Amino acid sequence: MFESVLVANRGEIASRVIHTVRAMGLKAIAVYSEADAELPFVAEADEAILLGPAQPAKSYLDQARVLEAARRTNAQAVHPGYGFLAENAEFAQRVIDAGLLWIGPDPLAIARMGDKINARNLMIEAGVPVSPGVWEPVPDADTAVEEAARIGYPVMVKAAGGGGGIGMSAAHDEAAVRKAYETARTRAERFFGNPDILLERYVERARHVEIQILGLADGSVIALGERDCSVQRRHQKIVEETPSPGVGAELRERMLAAAVRAGEAVGYRGAGTVECLVDPAAQDFVFLEMNTRLQVEHPITELVTGIDLVEQQLRIAAGEPVSFTSAEPRGHAIEFRVYAEDPQRFLPSPGEIKVWEEPVGEGVRIDAGYAEGNTVTPFYDPLLAKLCVYGADRPAALRHAQAAIDNFRIEGLKTNLPFFTELLGDAEFTAGTYDTGLVDRMRAR
Amino acid sequence: MAEVRAEMVANVWKVVVAEGDQVEDGDTLVILESMKMEIPVLAEDDGVVARLDVSEGDVVQEGDLIAVIE
Repeated sequence: MFESVLVANRGEIASRVIHTVRAMGLKAIAVYSEADAELPFVAEADEAILLGPAQPAKSYLDQARVLEAARRTNAQAVHPGYGFLAENAEFAQRVIDAGLLWIGPDPLAIARMGDKINARNLMIEAGVPVSPGVWEPVPDADTAVEEAARIGYPVMVKAAGGGGGIGMSAAHDEAAVRKAYETARTRAERFFGNPDILLERYVERARHVEIQILGLADGSVIALGERDCSVQRRHQKIVEETPSPGVGAELRERMLAAAVRAGEAVGYRGAGTVECLVDPAAQDFVFLEMNTRLQVEHPITELVTGIDLVEQQLRIAAGEPVSFTSAEPRGHAIEFRVYAEDPQRFLPSPGEIKVWEEPVGEGVRIDAGYAEGNTVTPFYDPLLAKLCVYGADRPAALRHAQAAIDNFRIEGLKTNLPFFTELLGDAEFTAGTYDTGLVDRMRAR
Repeated sequence: MAEVRAEMVANVWKVVVAEGDQVEDGDTLVILESMKMEIPVLAEDDGVVARLDVSEGDVVQEGDLIAVIE
Protein backbone atom coordinates (compact mmCIF):
# COMPACT_ATOMS: atom_id res chain seq x y z
CA MET A 1 0.00 0.00 0.00
CA PHE A 2 1.15 3.55 -0.75
CA GLU A 3 1.62 5.90 2.20
CA SER A 4 0.03 9.22 1.19
CA VAL A 5 -3.00 10.37 -0.77
CA LEU A 6 -3.68 13.83 -2.16
CA VAL A 7 -7.42 14.51 -2.20
CA ALA A 8 -8.11 16.71 -5.22
CA ASN A 9 -11.49 18.00 -4.09
CA ARG A 10 -13.27 20.12 -1.49
CA GLY A 11 -16.15 20.19 0.99
CA GLU A 12 -17.92 17.09 2.21
CA ILE A 13 -16.31 14.62 -0.20
CA ALA A 14 -12.81 15.81 0.69
CA SER A 15 -13.66 15.29 4.38
CA ARG A 16 -15.16 11.89 3.61
CA VAL A 17 -12.10 10.64 1.71
CA ILE A 18 -9.64 12.12 4.23
CA HIS A 19 -11.46 10.26 7.01
CA THR A 20 -10.85 6.83 5.44
CA VAL A 21 -7.32 7.66 4.29
CA ARG A 22 -6.36 8.54 7.86
CA ALA A 23 -8.28 5.60 9.34
CA MET A 24 -6.11 3.34 7.15
CA GLY A 25 -3.00 4.89 8.65
CA LEU A 26 -2.11 6.82 5.50
CA LYS A 27 -1.20 10.48 5.20
CA ALA A 28 -3.98 12.70 3.82
CA ILE A 29 -3.08 15.80 1.82
CA ALA A 30 -5.75 18.39 1.08
CA VAL A 31 -5.73 21.09 -1.57
CA TYR A 32 -7.96 24.14 -1.23
CA SER A 33 -8.90 27.48 -2.74
CA GLU A 34 -8.73 30.85 -0.98
CA ALA A 35 -12.51 30.67 -0.50
CA ASP A 36 -12.28 27.35 1.36
CA ALA A 37 -9.40 27.99 3.79
CA GLU A 38 -11.70 27.82 6.84
CA LEU A 39 -13.61 24.68 5.87
CA PRO A 40 -13.26 21.53 7.99
CA PHE A 41 -11.54 19.40 5.31
CA VAL A 42 -8.49 21.67 5.29
CA ALA A 43 -7.91 21.19 9.03
CA GLU A 44 -8.74 17.47 8.92
CA ALA A 45 -5.92 16.67 6.49
CA ASP A 46 -2.36 16.02 7.68
CA GLU A 47 -1.12 18.64 5.26
CA ALA A 48 -2.93 21.22 3.13
CA ILE A 49 -1.77 23.17 0.09
CA LEU A 50 -3.38 26.38 -1.16
CA LEU A 51 -4.11 26.01 -4.87
CA GLY A 52 -5.22 29.53 -5.74
CA PRO A 53 -8.23 31.84 -6.00
CA ALA A 54 -11.84 30.78 -5.51
CA GLN A 55 -12.71 30.36 -9.19
CA PRO A 56 -12.57 26.60 -9.92
CA ALA A 57 -10.57 27.19 -13.12
CA LYS A 58 -7.81 28.78 -11.03
CA SER A 59 -7.88 26.18 -8.25
CA TYR A 60 -9.65 22.80 -8.23
CA LEU A 61 -9.78 22.55 -12.03
CA ASP A 62 -6.21 23.76 -12.59
CA GLN A 63 -4.44 20.48 -13.38
CA ALA A 64 -0.92 21.95 -13.24
CA ARG A 65 -1.52 23.44 -9.78
CA VAL A 66 -2.94 20.18 -8.41
CA LEU A 67 0.00 18.19 -9.84
CA GLU A 68 2.45 20.75 -8.42
CA ALA A 69 0.84 20.34 -4.98
CA ALA A 70 1.27 16.56 -5.29
CA ARG A 71 4.93 16.99 -6.22
CA ARG A 72 5.66 19.41 -3.38
CA THR A 73 4.09 17.13 -0.78
CA ASN A 74 5.54 13.89 -2.20
CA ALA A 75 2.03 12.47 -2.51
CA GLN A 76 2.00 8.93 -3.86
CA ALA A 77 -1.63 8.74 -4.96
CA VAL A 78 -4.41 11.10 -6.05
CA HIS A 79 -8.09 10.64 -5.12
CA PRO A 80 -10.29 12.93 -7.23
CA GLY A 81 -13.58 12.63 -5.31
CA TYR A 82 -16.51 13.44 -7.65
CA GLY A 83 -16.94 16.42 -9.96
CA PHE A 84 -14.02 18.76 -10.80
CA LEU A 85 -11.27 16.54 -12.32
CA ALA A 86 -12.75 13.15 -11.33
CA GLU A 87 -13.88 12.22 -14.83
CA ASN A 88 -11.16 14.03 -16.73
CA ALA A 89 -9.22 11.37 -18.66
CA GLU A 90 -6.42 13.81 -19.51
CA PHE A 91 -5.85 14.62 -15.84
CA ALA A 92 -5.91 10.93 -14.88
CA GLN A 93 -3.22 10.30 -17.50
CA ARG A 94 -1.14 13.24 -16.27
CA VAL A 95 -1.30 11.85 -12.72
CA ILE A 96 -0.07 8.48 -13.98
CA ASP A 97 2.63 10.11 -16.14
CA ALA A 98 3.87 11.98 -13.06
CA GLY A 99 4.53 8.59 -11.46
CA LEU A 100 1.55 8.74 -9.09
CA LEU A 101 -1.26 6.28 -8.51
CA TRP A 102 -4.62 7.39 -9.88
CA ILE A 103 -7.43 6.25 -7.59
CA GLY A 104 -9.94 5.58 -10.30
CA PRO A 105 -10.36 3.61 -13.50
CA ASP A 106 -8.00 3.58 -16.46
CA PRO A 107 -8.06 6.94 -18.34
CA LEU A 108 -9.23 5.04 -21.42
CA ALA A 109 -12.30 3.74 -19.53
CA ILE A 110 -13.04 7.33 -18.36
CA ALA A 111 -12.78 8.61 -21.94
CA ARG A 112 -14.91 5.82 -23.43
CA MET A 113 -17.68 6.27 -20.85
CA GLY A 114 -17.35 10.07 -20.63
CA ASP A 115 -18.76 10.50 -24.12
CA LYS A 116 -22.40 9.49 -23.76
CA ILE A 117 -22.80 8.63 -27.45
CA ASN A 118 -19.78 6.35 -27.35
CA ALA A 119 -20.99 4.83 -24.07
CA ARG A 120 -24.41 4.04 -25.57
CA ASN A 121 -22.83 2.33 -28.55
CA LEU A 122 -20.50 0.37 -26.31
CA MET A 123 -23.45 -0.81 -24.19
CA ILE A 124 -25.37 -1.98 -27.26
CA GLU A 125 -22.33 -4.11 -28.18
CA ALA A 126 -22.16 -5.48 -24.62
CA GLY A 127 -25.82 -6.49 -24.70
CA VAL A 128 -26.98 -3.83 -22.23
CA PRO A 129 -30.36 -2.33 -23.19
CA VAL A 130 -30.39 1.36 -24.21
CA SER A 131 -33.24 3.71 -25.10
CA PRO A 132 -33.78 4.38 -28.85
CA GLY A 133 -31.42 7.19 -29.87
CA VAL A 134 -28.60 8.37 -32.12
CA TRP A 135 -25.33 6.59 -32.92
CA GLU A 136 -23.36 9.75 -33.64
CA PRO A 137 -23.39 13.43 -32.62
CA VAL A 138 -26.28 15.52 -33.96
CA PRO A 139 -24.62 18.34 -35.95
CA ASP A 140 -27.46 20.90 -36.11
CA ALA A 141 -31.04 21.69 -35.11
CA ASP A 142 -32.52 20.46 -38.43
CA THR A 143 -30.89 17.07 -37.97
CA ALA A 144 -32.14 17.04 -34.37
CA VAL A 145 -35.71 17.47 -35.65
CA GLU A 146 -35.26 14.63 -38.19
CA GLU A 147 -33.77 12.35 -35.56
CA ALA A 148 -36.54 13.15 -33.08
CA ALA A 149 -39.12 12.11 -35.67
CA ARG A 150 -37.27 8.84 -36.26
CA ILE A 151 -36.75 8.09 -32.54
CA GLY A 152 -40.29 9.12 -31.56
CA TYR A 153 -41.42 11.83 -29.12
CA PRO A 154 -40.80 12.76 -26.38
CA VAL A 155 -37.01 12.97 -26.70
CA MET A 156 -34.26 13.99 -24.31
CA VAL A 157 -31.67 16.39 -25.75
CA LYS A 158 -28.34 16.49 -23.95
CA ALA A 159 -24.62 17.15 -24.12
CA ALA A 160 -22.51 14.07 -24.91
CA GLY A 161 -19.83 15.28 -22.51
CA GLY A 162 -22.29 16.59 -19.93
CA GLY A 163 -23.34 15.76 -16.42
CA GLY A 164 -25.25 17.05 -13.43
CA GLY A 165 -28.34 17.69 -15.54
CA ILE A 166 -26.75 20.81 -17.04
CA GLY A 167 -27.94 21.60 -20.56
CA MET A 168 -30.36 18.70 -20.61
CA SER A 169 -34.03 19.01 -21.50
CA ALA A 170 -36.96 16.93 -22.67
CA ALA A 171 -38.85 17.96 -25.81
CA HIS A 172 -42.36 16.97 -26.85
CA ASP A 173 -42.47 18.65 -30.28
CA GLU A 174 -40.37 20.10 -33.10
CA ALA A 175 -40.18 23.65 -31.70
CA ALA A 176 -39.10 22.32 -28.32
CA VAL A 177 -36.42 20.15 -29.95
CA ARG A 178 -34.93 23.20 -31.66
CA LYS A 179 -34.91 25.18 -28.44
CA ALA A 180 -33.51 22.26 -26.44
CA TYR A 181 -30.82 21.73 -29.06
CA GLU A 182 -29.62 25.33 -28.87
CA THR A 183 -29.64 25.29 -25.04
CA ALA A 184 -27.71 22.03 -24.92
CA ARG A 185 -25.20 23.32 -27.48
CA THR A 186 -24.37 26.52 -25.56
CA ARG A 187 -24.08 24.67 -22.27
CA ALA A 188 -22.02 21.86 -23.81
CA GLU A 189 -19.40 24.27 -25.07
CA ARG A 190 -19.38 26.42 -21.98
CA PHE A 191 -19.38 23.75 -19.27
CA PHE A 192 -17.95 20.65 -20.86
CA GLY A 193 -15.70 21.81 -23.70
CA ASN A 194 -17.35 19.22 -25.95
CA PRO A 195 -20.03 20.56 -28.33
CA ASP A 196 -21.46 17.12 -29.23
CA ILE A 197 -25.19 16.69 -28.69
CA LEU A 198 -27.23 13.52 -28.53
CA LEU A 199 -30.92 12.66 -28.59
CA GLU A 200 -32.62 9.66 -27.09
CA ARG A 201 -36.18 8.67 -26.33
CA TYR A 202 -37.35 10.26 -23.11
CA VAL A 203 -38.91 7.80 -20.71
CA GLU A 204 -41.74 9.52 -18.86
CA ARG A 205 -42.76 8.41 -15.38
CA ALA A 206 -39.48 6.57 -15.04
CA ARG A 207 -37.40 5.95 -11.98
CA HIS A 208 -33.71 6.77 -11.97
CA VAL A 209 -31.98 3.72 -10.53
CA GLU A 210 -28.25 3.13 -10.52
CA ILE A 211 -26.02 0.15 -9.76
CA GLN A 212 -22.81 0.42 -7.74
CA ILE A 213 -20.03 -1.64 -9.26
CA LEU A 214 -16.47 -2.38 -8.21
CA GLY A 215 -13.83 -3.48 -10.70
CA LEU A 216 -11.41 -5.52 -8.60
CA ALA A 217 -7.63 -5.72 -8.83
CA ASP A 218 -7.87 -9.23 -10.34
CA GLY A 219 -9.89 -7.85 -13.26
CA SER A 220 -13.31 -9.17 -12.19
CA VAL A 221 -16.32 -6.85 -11.74
CA ILE A 222 -18.91 -7.14 -8.97
CA ALA A 223 -22.20 -5.30 -8.35
CA LEU A 224 -23.16 -4.04 -4.88
CA GLY A 225 -26.87 -3.35 -5.27
CA GLU A 226 -28.85 -0.36 -6.48
CA ARG A 227 -29.72 3.18 -5.41
CA ASP A 228 -32.97 4.89 -6.38
CA CYS A 229 -32.30 8.54 -7.25
CA SER A 230 -35.72 9.57 -8.57
CA VAL A 231 -36.26 12.55 -6.25
CA GLN A 232 -34.77 15.27 -8.45
CA ARG A 233 -35.08 18.97 -9.18
CA ARG A 234 -33.68 20.37 -12.44
CA HIS A 235 -32.50 16.81 -13.28
CA GLN A 236 -30.31 16.88 -10.17
CA LYS A 237 -30.68 14.42 -7.34
CA ILE A 238 -31.94 15.53 -3.93
CA VAL A 239 -32.79 12.27 -2.14
CA GLU A 240 -31.60 8.72 -2.78
CA GLU A 241 -32.55 5.41 -1.21
CA THR A 242 -31.62 1.77 -1.30
CA PRO A 243 -33.14 -0.67 -2.02
CA SER A 244 -35.38 0.93 -4.64
CA PRO A 245 -39.09 0.59 -3.78
CA GLY A 246 -39.77 0.25 -7.52
CA VAL A 247 -37.42 -2.61 -8.39
CA GLY A 248 -38.52 -6.21 -7.93
CA ALA A 249 -36.17 -9.15 -7.31
CA GLU A 250 -36.20 -10.36 -10.91
CA LEU A 251 -35.51 -6.89 -12.37
CA ARG A 252 -32.77 -6.30 -9.78
CA GLU A 253 -31.03 -9.48 -10.83
CA ARG A 254 -31.09 -8.44 -14.51
CA MET A 255 -29.85 -4.92 -13.70
CA LEU A 256 -26.96 -6.15 -11.58
CA ALA A 257 -25.91 -8.59 -14.31
CA ALA A 258 -26.09 -5.83 -16.96
CA ALA A 259 -24.03 -3.47 -14.78
CA VAL A 260 -21.33 -6.13 -14.44
CA ARG A 261 -21.32 -6.58 -18.25
CA ALA A 262 -21.06 -2.78 -18.64
CA GLY A 263 -18.02 -2.68 -16.35
CA GLU A 264 -16.41 -5.65 -18.08
CA ALA A 265 -16.92 -4.03 -21.49
CA VAL A 266 -14.49 -1.24 -20.54
CA GLY A 267 -12.15 -3.26 -18.31
CA TYR A 268 -13.36 -1.23 -15.35
CA ARG A 269 -11.30 -0.96 -12.17
CA GLY A 270 -12.34 0.73 -8.96
CA ALA A 271 -15.72 2.14 -7.92
CA GLY A 272 -18.16 3.10 -10.65
CA THR A 273 -21.87 3.57 -11.14
CA VAL A 274 -24.12 2.40 -13.95
CA GLU A 275 -27.13 4.72 -14.16
CA CYS A 276 -30.36 3.36 -15.63
CA LEU A 277 -33.94 4.45 -16.19
CA VAL A 278 -36.52 2.01 -14.89
CA ASP A 279 -40.11 1.65 -16.07
CA PRO A 280 -41.63 0.39 -12.81
CA ALA A 281 -44.90 -0.77 -14.39
CA ALA A 282 -43.13 -2.87 -17.02
CA GLN A 283 -40.31 -3.82 -14.61
CA ASP A 284 -37.81 -3.04 -17.35
CA PHE A 285 -34.78 -0.75 -17.69
CA VAL A 286 -32.44 1.02 -20.10
CA PHE A 287 -28.84 2.18 -19.63
CA LEU A 288 -28.46 5.92 -19.15
CA GLU A 289 -24.78 6.56 -18.49
CA MET A 290 -21.85 5.40 -16.45
CA ASN A 291 -20.12 7.52 -13.83
CA THR A 292 -16.48 6.52 -13.62
CA ARG A 293 -15.87 7.67 -10.04
CA LEU A 294 -17.21 7.57 -6.50
CA GLN A 295 -20.81 8.78 -6.48
CA VAL A 296 -22.17 11.52 -4.18
CA GLU A 297 -24.74 9.09 -2.78
CA HIS A 298 -22.32 6.22 -2.10
CA PRO A 299 -22.95 6.35 1.71
CA ILE A 300 -26.33 4.61 1.45
CA THR A 301 -24.65 1.61 -0.19
CA GLU A 302 -22.10 1.67 2.63
CA LEU A 303 -24.90 1.73 5.22
CA VAL A 304 -26.67 -1.35 3.86
CA THR A 305 -23.55 -3.38 3.00
CA GLY A 306 -21.25 -2.32 5.84
CA ILE A 307 -18.49 -1.78 3.26
CA ASP A 308 -16.30 1.34 3.17
CA LEU A 309 -16.21 2.08 -0.57
CA VAL A 310 -13.32 4.55 -0.31
CA GLU A 311 -11.24 1.88 1.43
CA GLN A 312 -11.98 -0.51 -1.45
CA GLN A 313 -10.96 2.18 -3.97
CA LEU A 314 -7.60 2.59 -2.22
CA ARG A 315 -7.04 -1.17 -1.97
CA ILE A 316 -7.90 -1.76 -5.62
CA ALA A 317 -5.60 1.08 -6.72
CA ALA A 318 -2.80 -0.55 -4.72
CA GLY A 319 -3.47 -3.88 -6.43
CA GLU A 320 -4.78 -5.46 -3.26
CA PRO A 321 -7.90 -7.59 -2.71
CA VAL A 322 -11.02 -5.95 -1.28
CA SER A 323 -11.67 -6.19 2.48
CA PHE A 324 -14.93 -8.15 2.34
CA THR A 325 -16.09 -11.51 1.08
CA SER A 326 -19.85 -11.07 1.00
CA ALA A 327 -21.80 -7.92 0.16
CA GLU A 328 -25.41 -8.90 0.74
CA PRO A 329 -27.32 -5.64 1.47
CA ARG A 330 -29.39 -5.55 4.68
CA GLY A 331 -31.95 -2.99 5.81
CA HIS A 332 -32.85 0.31 4.19
CA ALA A 333 -30.89 3.56 3.83
CA ILE A 334 -31.88 7.04 2.62
CA GLU A 335 -29.71 10.07 1.83
CA PHE A 336 -30.95 13.67 1.90
CA ARG A 337 -28.73 16.23 0.20
CA VAL A 338 -28.84 19.31 2.38
CA TYR A 339 -28.39 22.22 -0.02
CA ALA A 340 -27.92 25.94 0.59
CA GLU A 341 -31.05 26.87 -1.32
CA ASP A 342 -34.54 28.06 -0.63
CA PRO A 343 -36.90 25.12 -0.13
CA GLN A 344 -39.65 26.46 -2.37
CA ARG A 345 -38.02 27.47 -5.66
CA PHE A 346 -34.66 25.76 -5.01
CA LEU A 347 -32.67 28.92 -5.77
CA PRO A 348 -29.12 29.21 -4.38
CA SER A 349 -28.67 30.84 -0.98
CA PRO A 350 -25.00 31.43 -0.16
CA GLY A 351 -24.18 33.09 3.15
CA GLU A 352 -22.65 32.69 6.57
CA ILE A 353 -23.54 29.68 8.70
CA LYS A 354 -24.45 31.21 12.06
CA VAL A 355 -25.74 28.02 13.67
CA TRP A 356 -24.90 24.44 12.71
CA GLU A 357 -26.18 21.67 14.98
CA GLU A 358 -26.17 18.16 13.60
CA PRO A 359 -28.65 15.51 14.66
CA VAL A 360 -27.30 12.49 16.47
CA GLY A 361 -28.99 9.20 17.12
CA GLU A 362 -29.53 5.67 16.04
CA GLY A 363 -29.07 5.07 12.34
CA VAL A 364 -27.93 8.63 11.52
CA ARG A 365 -24.81 9.46 9.50
CA ILE A 366 -23.85 13.00 8.52
CA ASP A 367 -21.23 13.70 5.87
CA ALA A 368 -20.74 17.45 6.27
CA GLY A 369 -18.63 19.89 4.32
CA TYR A 370 -19.19 22.88 6.58
CA ALA A 371 -19.30 23.84 10.23
CA GLU A 372 -20.66 26.72 12.30
CA GLY A 373 -19.00 30.02 11.38
CA ASN A 374 -18.12 28.97 7.82
CA THR A 375 -19.21 31.04 4.85
CA VAL A 376 -20.87 29.31 1.93
CA THR A 377 -19.65 31.10 -1.19
CA PRO A 378 -21.32 31.21 -4.63
CA PHE A 379 -18.35 29.57 -6.37
CA TYR A 380 -19.22 25.91 -5.89
CA ASP A 381 -22.24 23.62 -5.77
CA PRO A 382 -24.77 24.16 -2.96
CA LEU A 383 -24.22 20.85 -1.13
CA LEU A 384 -23.71 21.54 2.58
CA ALA A 385 -24.02 18.03 3.97
CA LYS A 386 -25.48 14.62 3.30
CA LEU A 387 -27.92 13.47 5.95
CA CYS A 388 -28.11 9.67 5.79
CA VAL A 389 -30.34 7.38 7.79
CA TYR A 390 -30.45 3.63 8.20
CA GLY A 391 -33.25 1.39 9.46
CA ALA A 392 -34.13 -2.30 9.48
CA ASP A 393 -36.76 -1.55 6.82
CA ARG A 394 -38.14 1.45 4.90
CA PRO A 395 -40.69 2.56 7.53
CA ALA A 396 -37.96 2.52 10.18
CA ALA A 397 -35.61 4.51 7.94
CA LEU A 398 -38.38 7.06 7.28
CA ARG A 399 -38.98 7.45 11.05
CA HIS A 400 -35.27 8.04 11.69
CA ALA A 401 -35.26 10.52 8.80
CA GLN A 402 -38.02 12.68 10.25
CA ALA A 403 -36.35 12.79 13.66
CA ALA A 404 -32.97 13.66 12.14
CA ILE A 405 -34.41 16.40 9.91
CA ASP A 406 -36.25 17.92 12.90
CA ASN A 407 -33.00 18.00 14.84
CA PHE A 408 -30.73 19.44 12.14
CA ARG A 409 -30.40 23.17 12.90
CA ILE A 410 -28.77 25.37 10.30
CA GLU A 411 -29.21 29.12 10.58
CA GLY A 412 -27.84 32.12 8.71
CA LEU A 413 -28.79 30.93 5.25
CA LYS A 414 -31.69 29.17 3.62
CA THR A 415 -31.55 25.40 3.30
CA ASN A 416 -33.83 22.80 1.75
CA LEU A 417 -34.44 21.04 5.11
CA PRO A 418 -38.10 22.20 5.13
CA PHE A 419 -38.53 20.56 1.73
CA PHE A 420 -37.55 17.20 3.26
CA THR A 421 -40.31 17.50 5.86
CA GLU A 422 -42.71 18.24 3.01
CA LEU A 423 -41.37 15.20 1.13
CA LEU A 424 -41.78 12.89 4.13
CA GLY A 425 -45.43 13.98 4.29
CA ASP A 426 -46.02 13.32 0.60
CA ALA A 427 -48.22 10.31 -0.16
CA GLU A 428 -46.29 9.29 -3.28
CA PHE A 429 -42.96 9.38 -1.50
CA THR A 430 -44.11 7.54 1.60
CA ALA A 431 -45.82 4.89 -0.55
CA GLY A 432 -42.61 4.55 -2.56
CA THR A 433 -44.47 4.81 -5.86
CA TYR A 434 -42.78 8.05 -6.96
CA ASP A 435 -40.78 8.69 -10.13
CA THR A 436 -38.53 11.48 -11.46
CA GLY A 437 -41.55 13.78 -11.93
CA LEU A 438 -42.34 13.81 -8.19
CA VAL A 439 -40.86 17.20 -7.23
CA ASP A 440 -42.47 18.98 -10.19
CA ARG A 441 -45.83 17.48 -9.22
CA MET A 442 -45.34 18.54 -5.59
CA ARG A 443 -44.67 22.10 -6.72
CA ALA A 444 -47.70 22.08 -9.05
CA ARG A 445 -50.08 20.91 -6.29
CA MET B 1 -39.51 53.44 -12.25
CA ALA B 2 -38.59 49.96 -11.09
CA GLU B 3 -35.37 48.93 -9.46
CA VAL B 4 -34.12 45.42 -10.16
CA ARG B 5 -31.96 44.00 -7.37
CA ALA B 6 -29.96 40.81 -6.86
CA GLU B 7 -31.75 38.13 -4.83
CA MET B 8 -28.49 36.48 -3.74
CA VAL B 9 -24.72 36.62 -3.84
CA ALA B 10 -23.75 35.76 -7.40
CA ASN B 11 -21.38 36.37 -10.27
CA VAL B 12 -22.67 38.29 -13.26
CA TRP B 13 -22.25 35.80 -16.09
CA LYS B 14 -23.96 37.60 -18.96
CA VAL B 15 -25.36 41.07 -19.50
CA VAL B 16 -28.13 40.72 -22.06
CA VAL B 17 -29.38 44.32 -22.36
CA ALA B 18 -27.74 47.74 -22.63
CA GLU B 19 -28.77 51.12 -21.23
CA GLY B 20 -31.41 52.65 -23.48
CA ASP B 21 -32.87 49.30 -24.59
CA GLN B 22 -36.63 48.89 -24.68
CA VAL B 23 -37.68 45.87 -22.60
CA GLU B 24 -40.92 44.09 -21.86
CA ASP B 25 -42.16 42.41 -18.70
CA GLY B 26 -40.39 39.03 -18.50
CA ASP B 27 -37.39 39.90 -20.68
CA THR B 28 -34.03 38.71 -19.40
CA LEU B 29 -31.81 41.63 -18.33
CA VAL B 30 -28.75 39.81 -17.05
CA ILE B 31 -27.89 36.22 -16.18
CA LEU B 32 -26.33 35.64 -12.78
CA GLU B 33 -24.44 32.55 -11.79
CA SER B 34 -24.36 31.17 -8.28
CA MET B 35 -23.51 27.69 -7.07
CA LYS B 36 -23.22 26.27 -10.57
CA MET B 37 -26.67 27.52 -11.47
CA GLU B 38 -27.65 30.18 -13.97
CA ILE B 39 -30.26 32.59 -12.66
CA PRO B 40 -31.86 34.90 -15.23
CA VAL B 41 -32.86 38.30 -13.81
CA LEU B 42 -36.04 39.43 -15.51
CA ALA B 43 -37.71 42.77 -16.12
CA GLU B 44 -40.90 43.03 -14.11
CA ASP B 45 -42.36 45.90 -16.16
CA ASP B 46 -42.35 47.22 -19.70
CA GLY B 47 -39.99 50.16 -20.13
CA VAL B 48 -36.54 51.44 -20.98
CA VAL B 49 -33.31 50.35 -19.27
CA ALA B 50 -32.45 53.72 -17.69
CA ARG B 51 -29.52 52.43 -15.75
CA LEU B 52 -27.43 49.26 -15.76
CA ASP B 53 -25.25 48.88 -12.72
CA VAL B 54 -23.34 45.65 -13.42
CA SER B 55 -20.99 44.28 -16.01
CA GLU B 56 -19.93 40.74 -16.83
CA GLY B 57 -17.62 39.25 -14.24
CA ASP B 58 -18.88 41.44 -11.38
CA VAL B 59 -19.84 39.91 -8.06
CA VAL B 60 -23.16 41.13 -6.68
CA GLN B 61 -24.33 40.86 -3.07
CA GLU B 62 -27.92 40.20 -2.03
CA GLY B 63 -29.87 43.43 -2.52
CA ASP B 64 -27.37 45.08 -4.87
CA LEU B 65 -28.85 47.19 -7.63
CA ILE B 66 -28.66 45.56 -11.06
CA ALA B 67 -30.75 47.84 -13.24
CA VAL B 68 -33.40 50.55 -13.26
CA ILE B 69 -36.32 50.25 -15.67
CA GLU B 70 -38.31 53.43 -16.46
